[in-house]
Amino acid sequence: MTGILGKKLGMTQVFDESGKMWPVTVVEAGPCCVVQVKTREKDGYEAVKIGFSEVKKAKKVNKPSRGVFTKAGVAPYKLLKEFPLGDIKVGEMLTVERFQKGDLISVTGISKGKGFQGVMKRHNYSGGPASHGSMFYRAPGSIGASSFPSRVWKNKGLPGHMGSVRVTVKNLKIVDVKVDQNLLLIYGAVPGTKGTYLEIRKER
Amino acid sequence: MNLLGAVEESFKRDLGTFNIGDTVKVYVKVVEGDKERIQPFQGVVIGRKGCGTRETFMVRKVSFGVGVEKIFPVCSPNIDRIEVIKRGDVRRSKLYYLRGKKGKAAKIKEKEMSAL
Repeated sequence: MTGILGKKLGMTQVFDESGKMWPVTVVEAGPCCVVQVKTREKDGYEAVKIGFSEVKKAKKVNKPSRGVFTKAGVAPYKLLKEFPLGDIKVGEMLTVERFQKGDLISVTGISKGKGFQGVMKRHNYSGGPASHGSMFYRAPGSIGASSFPSRVWKNKGLPGHMGSVRVTVKNLKIVDVKVDQNLLLIYGAVPGTKGTYLEIRKER
Repeated sequence: MNLLGAVEESFKRDLGTFNIGDTVKVYVKVVEGDKERIQPFQGVVIGRKGCGTRETFMVRKVSFGVGVEKIFPVCSPNIDRIEVIKRGDVRRSKLYYLRGKKGKAAKIKEKEMSAL
């Protein structure tokens, strides 16, 4: 598996050599520094902790995590995540070179917040007819039967807060890798607003 | 944001200047099987819209009595080159009114070179 951390910059469209147009999300990915290597003997599982987005002033990082960075002998980073990357050493830098054009990746991030939403937007309920005097527009309708179970079932979809949750989009294609600018051009949309931190994984 | 702009900038091409109302010849690359040839499309530019890599222009011509309109992305690598045949003198940015007109009524006044 290959993993990297990145920041969503926004969407645009690009052309490939054959003249085909691709809607892409531009992601600034890496360089990520290996901060810690976890081993089965010591930590019970194998993982590599990598950091992204360097913090210029060490003072801005709280004392306990500053200790982690000084112990590893690397600069402090804003974002830390673990990936099962395999054979790698502390202090190594991961760049977009680990990805190739045409790779299928999955992207994880915090989705855009939608606020308090009704059932039609939040759970894809169909709602009622808009006209012909229906008087039933966007309401959820019946939420349960009376004699049995005489209560609302658990996990019944109802209105509430939507968005701002961790979302993974799988099987996104890499349209282009710009190594000198640390950019990944990913076909289609990825979760979150511009500036959202993303985890990018390539299985296999 | 600058990085995103740089990505778009790398697709920008210099196709020369042409304006709304100009008669242009667009040389389009056409791939047939494994052969590539260039096919011209000549007509009047009746609109331009979008910005950055999304910018497109629309060319209209009347072919055997049938109006044909094609929309080309300005940044498309399939456009080989654009040749301006005539400079048109128009007062609108979108020449959709040409669609309902025929013959002399659909003619666009040519820009005098002194005005350029």
